[in-house]
Amino acid sequence: MLLINCPYCGPRAQSEFTYGGDASLHRPAPDASMDDWFAYVYLRDNPKGAHVELWQHSAGCRSWIKVRRDTRTHDILESP
Amino acid sequence: MTQPFRLAQGGAVDRARPLAFTFDGARFEGYAGDTLASALLANGVHLVARSFKYHRPRGIYTAGAEEPNALVQLGMGARSEPNVRATTLELFDGLSAESQNRWPSLRFDAGALNDAFSPLMPAGFYYKTFMWPATPRGWLRYEHLIRRMAGMGRAASEPDPDAYEHQYAHCDVLVVGGGPAGIEAARFAAQAGRRVILCDEGPPSGRDIADVTLLSRTTAFGIYDDLMVGALERVTDHLASPPEREPRRRLWKIRAREVVLATGAIERGIAYAGNDRPGTMLAGAAKTYLERYAVRPGSRAVVFTNNDSAYAAAQALMSAGVDVAAVVDARPEGEAARRCGLRVIASSAIVNANGRLRVSSVDVAPLDGGRARCIDCDLVCVSGGFNPAVHLWSQARGTLRYDERLAAFLPDACPLPVRIVGAAAGELDAVRALWSVRSKGKRFVDLMNDVTADDVALAAREGYTAVEHLKRYTTLGMGPDQGKTSGVVGLALLAEARGVSIPDVGTTTFRPPYTPVTLGAVPGSEQGAHLAPTRRSAMHDWHAERGARFVTAGLWLRPHSYPRAGESEDDAANREARNVRANVGVVDVSTLGKIEIAGRDAAAFLNRIYVNTIDSLATGRCRYGVMLRDDGMVLDDGTVTRLGPSHYLLTTTTVNAVKVMQHIEYLLQVVWPELAVFATSVTEQWAAAAISGPRARDVVAALVDIDVSNAAFPFLAVASCRAASLPARLFRMSYSGELAYELHVRADRGRELWEAIVKAGEPFGLMPYGTEAMGTLRIEKGHIVVGPEADGRTTADDLGLGKLVSGAKWCVGKPLLARPALTEAGRWQLVGLTALDGAPMPRAAKLVADPARATPNPMLGHVTSWCYSPNLEKWIALALLADGRRRHGETLWAVSPLAGARVRVKVGPSCFIDPEGARLRG
Repeated sequence: MLLINCPYCGPRAQSEFTYGGDASLHRPAPDASMDDWFAYVYLRDNPKGAHVELWQHSAGCRSWIKVRRDTRTHDILESP
Repeated sequence: MTQPFRLAQGGAVDRARPLAFTFDGARFEGYAGDTLASALLANGVHLVARSFKYHRPRGIYTAGAEEPNALVQLGMGARSEPNVRATTLELFDGLSAESQNRWPSLRFDAGALNDAFSPLMPAGFYYKTFMWPATPRGWLRYEHLIRRMAGMGRAASEPDPDAYEHQYAHCDVLVVGGGPAGIEAARFAAQAGRRVILCDEGPPSGRDIADVTLLSRTTAFGIYDDLMVGALERVTDHLASPPEREPRRRLWKIRAREVVLATGAIERGIAYAGNDRPGTMLAGAAKTYLERYAVRPGSRAVVFTNNDSAYAAAQALMSAGVDVAAVVDARPEGEAARRCGLRVIASSAIVNANGRLRVSSVDVAPLDGGRARCIDCDLVCVSGGFNPAVHLWSQARGTLRYDERLAAFLPDACPLPVRIVGAAAGELDAVRALWSVRSKGKRFVDLMNDVTADDVALAAREGYTAVEHLKRYTTLGMGPDQGKTSGVVGLALLAEARGVSIPDVGTTTFRPPYTPVTLGAVPGSEQGAHLAPTRRSAMHDWHAERGARFVTAGLWLRPHSYPRAGESEDDAANREARNVRANVGVVDVSTLGKIEIAGRDAAAFLNRIYVNTIDSLATGRCRYGVMLRDDGMVLDDGTVTRLGPSHYLLTTTTVNAVKVMQHIEYLLQVVWPELAVFATSVTEQWAAAAISGPRARDVVAALVDIDVSNAAFPFLAVASCRAASLPARLFRMSYSGELAYELHVRADRGRELWEAIVKAGEPFGLMPYGTEAMGTLRIEKGHIVVGPEADGRTTADDLGLGKLVSGAKWCVGKPLLARPALTEAGRWQLVGLTALDGAPMPRAAKLVADPARATPNPMLGHVTSWCYSPNLEKWIALALLADGRRRHGETLWAVSPLAGARVRVKVGPSCFIDPEGARLRG
């Protein structure tokens, strides 16, 4: 079980968090093309190695945070 | 005389505390401090099991968790447990164990015929043989027969009567293993001021280490991410009558900054013919039985070794009065052999062991060939060297390197703060690698799964040359012991067969758990009613006192209906639903999600998350609203109330409250952090009741201190007031389609409010109603529910809510709503169905044009919600139907092949009652 550092609460077990997916996605502007929105909603890379992702401290302070994690080892490389 | 093989002195057993136990019904006596294995050996019992595949007689092979043979069925009834290792099972008074995988008895086992036919059953036998007929059913035809023949113990069929729990712990240093190296590491770390936990799988030694938390009878079975170590504590297994309030086993989740592995090394055998005869055990185990349990494991021993460690066992045997007939050493005569004072046969090996239910003699021959000589014995002690117990090390991504001197894989480097010490780190005697001895007969590598040296060679010949393939093809190392004594022997033999080096073959992956973990310990106390918290509204007790039947909605318990004496639940729900349309009813809606939105940008934010326009909403008014996901599908529906200039209250569906709150938090924190908006969940701060029916205004007027006439308080009005002297919010909104109001008060005053409503409603025929009547009323009215209708694949337009989607503004989900597939013909759209011919609507029915048509019969849609409408006096349903809105008036069939039901249905609009909305506005 990962140990994720919450900037408000300190290191906390993964079970307190909810996974929020790829944090590197660029959310299109409201008036962006449908292709941009399609790519944003449906297309995902599946990187081997470093992956920036969102986690919500849902059983804690409810902050959304960005974490950089190695998908091969689950090592957290960077957290706020 | 009892315990004829118990030594008069020595050992860590308490001779003052004799314990009675039975094995296969026979009564024996052992001592406190024994394991079942040591107590059986003290009584001269070596034959304890039949093997997995060939049903060969087997004896106790080890003195620890690595035991491949001596698995027993422990206890009876609901507490019966299969595959318990006799070598780690602490003896208690009254213990009752049975041998496994034999019929009718251990001494005479009909399954042993397998052994006679074993030349016909090589590795892969099942895969090759039971393929006829060549269909997937071919295997199914034989599987149950084979499973019965090749088996372990039987799981209890009754529910588990025991309790289990989880315990979290945190430390700077976790030391795994309480041997000398582990104790030294723990002491050292504690002296340096670290917070230290030491866990060991054995019983407590009775010696404390200053400032170290000791967990005994606790096996660390796995290392998980960020050094979370899973450990299983056997809390009461060693007690004859467990105390009532103790859990049977406790699962520890230990988060450590550093881990020190002092897990020792596991001795391995050598594959020679008959190396599985009862009376054969590892040399280290024999020494343990002598020294720790004061048990002589035999009378006349032959020791077979390729390293010096077995000489200590030989000496111990001799000192205990065992006649050591010979030490057979695979190496040329060395220092240990010259000094031991025993008969040493150097450069030789056991080529065959004789005997059936117990070894009776061994044939010993020089390794370079030559004549074998026969030596009588009833005990063979084998040492093929040691494997450092690197299981946890490897789980922690520690790498291994092969060491020729020890003929073993040793820990190399680990990227995590994990250290490994003592024998586990390779502090061991040198060996002369010897994995098998050429001879005829079965030379077992994996005793637990009956895998022989010939099976390994056959697998290599048939192309299973990768170690992971070898494992799966032969099942080597796949038993409950996970090949602790056999794995390295197997891959060394594979290397020999392939003519490559052992490191080129490599090891299989080490995965948790190190030893089996009781399934009950995995959920711990989180099972049954404790699986998740139960949420009850402030009015719950009132409902219960009035005999309400409850249903779950998310974590909430909600009243299903309030049956009267002699009334069925269905009849009660129908009565309640009729009464709402005829008079007035009250329903507990406290469970609806409630979210307050406040801040300068609140209106702008809500405009972005609802399809409809929110910023035009006046203070003191509410509005129905729909939210979409980014992909355009409906996320949730509910109401938006403007409480003040920049203060709103949202309601969500009961089961979606958490999801919607998370959606809002995501948007506010990640997407639009510049918006000045606060979102706060207030679901639990408010109790709420909805009062519906033609007499609702009369009831509300009697309760509140404001004018509720249609002119002063029209549909969708909201006001603060006092209700039965409680500070309250009054809403005029309707889910049932009738004239209706909602009253919200502080959660802790919910029951007061409820009782006041019931009292005020008495003159008007008010009855409480539950979720079943509520569901009937909303189906009659054609209101959708998130789940059945808004199932994640439906757009607002599919659900007939397209008009709500404002064309004048952007909102979440709108960009992708323009996708062609979401607007083209053939979309499944919400319709109402009426069952014809008076038949009840089948459960979960599909819609087809012609039920008699041959399959595949095209499905046109499916029924999403259905009920008997007591107000229309017929069965009705909501459905999603292809091009549904163009099919009004058509007749289709609702079919349920599983239920064998088919009913003619007429398609129409989804709203069955008062489509103009005159009632709710009246």
